Amino acid sequence: MLKTTASEFDPAAGAAAPARWQDYVQLLKPRVMSLVIFTALTGMVCASAPLNPVLAGMSILCIAVGAGASGALNMWYDADIDERMTRTAARPIPSGRVAPGEALAFGLTLAVFAVVVLGLLVNVAAAALLALTIAFYVLVYTMWLKRSTPQNIVIGGAAGALPPAIGWAAATGGLAIEPIVLFLIIFFWTPPHFWALSLYRTEDYLRAGIPMLPVVAGEAETRRQILLYSLVLAPLGVAPWFLGYTGPLYAVVAIAAGAVIVALALRVRGEQSGHAASKQMFAFSILYLFLLFATLLVDWAAGGLFGRFAA
Amino acid sequence: MTMSVIMNEDKSETGIKLTEQQQRARRARSIAIAVSLGVLVILFYIVTLVKGPGVLNRPL
Repeated sequence: MLKTTASEFDPAAGAAAPARWQDYVQLLKPRVMSLVIFTALTGMVCASAPLNPVLAGMSILCIAVGAGASGALNMWYDADIDERMTRTAARPIPSGRVAPGEALAFGLTLAVFAVVVLGLLVNVAAAALLALTIAFYVLVYTMWLKRSTPQNIVIGGAAGALPPAIGWAAATGGLAIEPIVLFLIIFFWTPPHFWALSLYRTEDYLRAGIPMLPVVAGEAETRRQILLYSLVLAPLGVAPWFLGYTGPLYAVVAIAAGAVIVALALRVRGEQSGHAASKQMFAFSILYLFLLFATLLVDWAAGGLFGRFAA
Repeated sequence: MTMSVIMNEDKSETGIKLTEQQQRARRARSIAIAVSLGVLVILFYIVTLVKGPGVLNRPL
């Protein structure tokens, strides 16, 4: 008689509760997805191209599903790391609610569908950029850089910075300077954002064996790098106005928010003990990106009103 | 709970036997896939109406 256990493919194996639909939603990293939707929408809207609302909605849906697929594939590959970090130990795979193979199949299916549908229904340029984003996030960031270099989130940040360019490409079928500027803003925003977090999560990263900057180069160097990137980010944030793409409202918000982020980075740099400034920096960095992109949307919704004032 | 599956020597009942819970999970998955496909069909239909005939006829 041949006996075999079903635990490998059994979501209910062990003490873990069976998977619920919420676990599959969690695999899509909904909070990251919401930021991706928001920045992609901004890129799409800023293009000011005549895009049918149905196609615009389809584009956002595909970009959101593509982002979710990246999240699921990331959680599939990083399950071993996630179970060693307190922040991620309760995720569906390390907690045993979703089998790794299921997450892999789920992520791959969604990724393929998102790219193919975007290509068929909207345009090939946007689909190619979405495919690049997913591949970069999963293959370059997750599988390669994350475990091998403290520059992981710097280079890997390119994946998170691409959604506005995908949105722009969905609307226009191509690229231009504007989405590249938006790309650069998110690209230079990512390191100070994640390094501020990693400063007070160093132990987690150390336990998981991830070579984050504070683990490899120490806190002082991380604080210095946060300041350097913030000094690049602040003027870059103003660039859309400087290049004439937005009105003075955006300029005021970007200059003020940039000043705050540099001031916080200086506080992080000067912090001798504790992580109060790092936590503030992390929290404000989220608000910073939200403020900039929300103002771009408002600026567009005002129909260039602010721009006409400036002219 | 340890799930063990007995491959019965009786040829008619070879293979993996799913538990109650696994059968429920499979049914839920099947429904989710069916709904997703249905939504996809509706989306393609709507976009075809929006874009007019020749939705697949596009320059690369």
